[in-house]
Amino acid sequence: MTTSERSTNYRVIGTRPVRPDGVEKVTGKAQYGADVRLPGLLHGRILRSPHAHARIVAIDTSEAEKVPGVFAVVTHRDFPAARDVVQELGESSVNAMELSDNILASKKALYRGHAVAAVAATSPHIAEEALSKIRVEYQVLPTVLDVRDAMREDAPLLNETRFTKELGGARSEKPSNIASHIRFQGGNADDAIAGADVVIEREYRTKMVHQGYIEPHNATASWNADGTVTIWTSTQGAFSVRGQVAEILRHPISSIRVIPMEIGGGFGGKLPIYLDPVAALLSKKSGRPVKVLMSRTDVFEGSGPTSGTWIKIKLGVKDGKIAGVKAELAYEAGAYPGSPVGAGSMTMLAPYAIDNFQVDGYDVCLNKPKVAAYRAPGSPAAAFALEQALDEAARAIGADPLQFRLDNSAREGVRMVTGAPLAKVGHEECVQAILDSPHYKSPIEGPYRGRGVASGYWFNGGMQSSVTAAVNPDGTVNLIEGSTDIGGSRASLSMQLAETLGIRYEDVHATVVDTDSVGHNDVTGGSRTTFASGLAVYEAGMDIRRQMRERAAREWNVPADQVEYEDGRITWSDGAGNSRETSFAEQARTAPQKGGPIVGKASLSARGVGGAYGTHLVDVEVDPDTGKVTILRYTAAQDVGTAIHPSYVEGQIQGAVAQGVGWALNEEYYFDDNGRMLNASFLDYRMPTTLDLPMIDTILVEVPNPGHPYGVRGVGEVPIVPPLAAVANAIADATGKRFTELPISPRRLVEELHGLA
Amino acid sequence: MARRTYVATTINGMPTEFLCEPRQSVLEVLRDELGLTGAKEGCNNGNCGACAVLLNGQVVNSCCVLGVELEGADVTTIEGIADGENLHPLQQAFLEEAALQCGICTPGFIVSAKALLDSNPHPDEHTVRFWLAGNLCRCTGYDKIVRAVLKAADASGAPVP
Repeated sequence: MTTSERSTNYRVIGTRPVRPDGVEKVTGKAQYGADVRLPGLLHGRILRSPHAHARIVAIDTSEAEKVPGVFAVVTHRDFPAARDVVQELGESSVNAMELSDNILASKKALYRGHAVAAVAATSPHIAEEALSKIRVEYQVLPTVLDVRDAMREDAPLLNETRFTKELGGARSEKPSNIASHIRFQGGNADDAIAGADVVIEREYRTKMVHQGYIEPHNATASWNADGTVTIWTSTQGAFSVRGQVAEILRHPISSIRVIPMEIGGGFGGKLPIYLDPVAALLSKKSGRPVKVLMSRTDVFEGSGPTSGTWIKIKLGVKDGKIAGVKAELAYEAGAYPGSPVGAGSMTMLAPYAIDNFQVDGYDVCLNKPKVAAYRAPGSPAAAFALEQALDEAARAIGADPLQFRLDNSAREGVRMVTGAPLAKVGHEECVQAILDSPHYKSPIEGPYRGRGVASGYWFNGGMQSSVTAAVNPDGTVNLIEGSTDIGGSRASLSMQLAETLGIRYEDVHATVVDTDSVGHNDVTGGSRTTFASGLAVYEAGMDIRRQMRERAAREWNVPADQVEYEDGRITWSDGAGNSRETSFAEQARTAPQKGGPIVGKASLSARGVGGAYGTHLVDVEVDPDTGKVTILRYTAAQDVGTAIHPSYVEGQIQGAVAQGVGWALNEEYYFDDNGRMLNASFLDYRMPTTLDLPMIDTILVEVPNPGHPYGVRGVGEVPIVPPLAAVANAIADATGKRFTELPISPRRLVEELHGLA
Repeated sequence: MARRTYVATTINGMPTEFLCEPRQSVLEVLRDELGLTGAKEGCNNGNCGACAVLLNGQVVNSCCVLGVELEGADVTTIEGIADGENLHPLQQAFLEEAALQCGICTPGFIVSAKALLDSNPHPDEHTVRFWLAGNLCRCTGYDKIVRAVLKAADASGAPVP
């Protein structure tokens, strides 16, 4: 692993301390959602539709209610009527009526695995037994499972009252599965492509894939007689859960307390809720706390994967420059609208300066699970298409693929397809870092070996954060925050507070608290936490510094604006030989006698988000007999702004690369014609193991984000954008065949290489 | 409800007795009956390794062994890996190498890796990867996990063959 030389004088930022929650996690003491144990706890289980598209004619729960040990049964009838309002989830949004209908189906089951009823019983086994006694009468309907098929006028309709939201707010004449059509346009793409030296025109497809977090969804709820509700759950955003539950149950927000447990991975998949309102209603009906867990099959069939896609690109190159691009993107939304096609359309061209473009996006409903966010949602599939087209174009003009990208790179001031100009960004630096890397300078030789590169972009997010930092008399600080810690943010936030205050990392104790105990925090999503909650931590630290300077100024009888705070030292000097000095530790120790507790606070809606770029390089070897692809070497360069804790920044990149490699080579939802997922287990849904990957080298390029005091950019999402295309480009280099459909599985490779397709 | 069976076993060095239904797995017994929630359920069918424990020194997925099979057995769970306040070298190496992000797979990895180092104190990278291929991690890409196991092996002080 390579880490760039650091040019700053930070004391804490850039070091690699042990994370605050580490010991609990290596000793098995950390409490995740499924670990909740309460007196009188009941166990809930969910009944799911065996059909991908069916009208629910009747549900009879009477036999289930008679099973000894069963305390409550709920169906959609137990939900209040939902409002037609949109809830923001961070990287996605959801209509409350559709969310309610997705949590427990009302009139129709829209995908196999759609929840229709739930039972609470004294043991999970009894709950499962009772589920088998619920009789649901279905009227099975024709299914539509392919995004292109779903767009046809004669396709089975999931919702007969849905019309396409067309450009300019118009509405389609007939009902359609296409929920919306968007377009981004600039210059004249048709003319530019017509005048190009080289034109590449291709169609690409990717399959529905799952985030693959190891911890299944869970929710435990306790409903009190006074209407107060407590929910323990593993989520990317406790406040978001609270808001969604309040909306679905039409319950006052302040009566709901969400206690975030440790979370076993999310990647966007734990932004929406599935179980929480069900657990709450089961608790209300039974009068006991209820824990509902998903099985792994439930997770695959009943949570939110990301879209399968169809993308068409026509790209023209003239004089070594990208002259124009036309693209159409159709993304599967699943059962309800809300695919990430907007983000895919906006990010696709973002690494490059392209004047002439037309990008059309379609959000398409079909009989598959409602998609959720998955790490840079929408962007990986878009990059899979564009970065392969660029690879072909570079080959056609005899250009080095990296130099071609450098020659066409976006930079500060270049407008994105939305018209917004880029701030200071580091794409060129990433490409250059790969060009200069030992990996790129090494030869790649041998039959069926190849090398591929690709770039990618992600916006990153800002949104709302609140923190409290309470100074203790012994000079330590309790940092109270509300951002789910998925990958080390307690460490990265503690480090920023220690840096701001000039104290030791070990003297900051960070805790993620429940929704009653801190101001609002948006989700841990959009790669926002280290940036936006980091900004709040910085502001809270500055608040402490201000209070300490003011106390010192009062004591010394000097103007506060003449008192300096640096590295934990508080000083005053009049420039004529008179000076005074105290310290953070001294102020902390004497606070009880000198004005009382010192507490820093900050609540903000973060501005100054820095978008991020990455460029990846991969060498592969293809076995032409078995179709197995071996990743020989992988190097990922990324503009990380400033790496607060470099190990966890590297970890984000390495983990995203692994997910991207799995997406490229093996992972897919494999459906039969009736919409039944045939590989809904970790045996058959083939995620990368230790044996499938080499060490993953990272190059942390640091182009500080001018919108953050320490230059932080989000780092977690952009590294999943390039791998799909980088691997495909490497396989094309190794085999001479262009694979435009994912996954490039052993079967697909063997069929293609031996002409069996 | 099925009749419950009395089982006498040893868990983390402590003689332990419990009653369990014939259908309950070791994972269920550990988590629901004995309050040992360090072993995690990721799949409940032996594919993810998050529930790994040592059964008579061998790594098993505790979701795939029945509770009644623990009669007379010796079980080590993640809660029994550290020696009191002294972390096992694997635990220390996982912390220092940042070998965990969400941490849900970590107990399984540490238990599996312990079994490896107990039988092979100085494995090479490929051996580590081969041994740990039954444990899924979705956060780290495995890079830092493999490095941590190799580091723990170096730190163990076991003689190099």
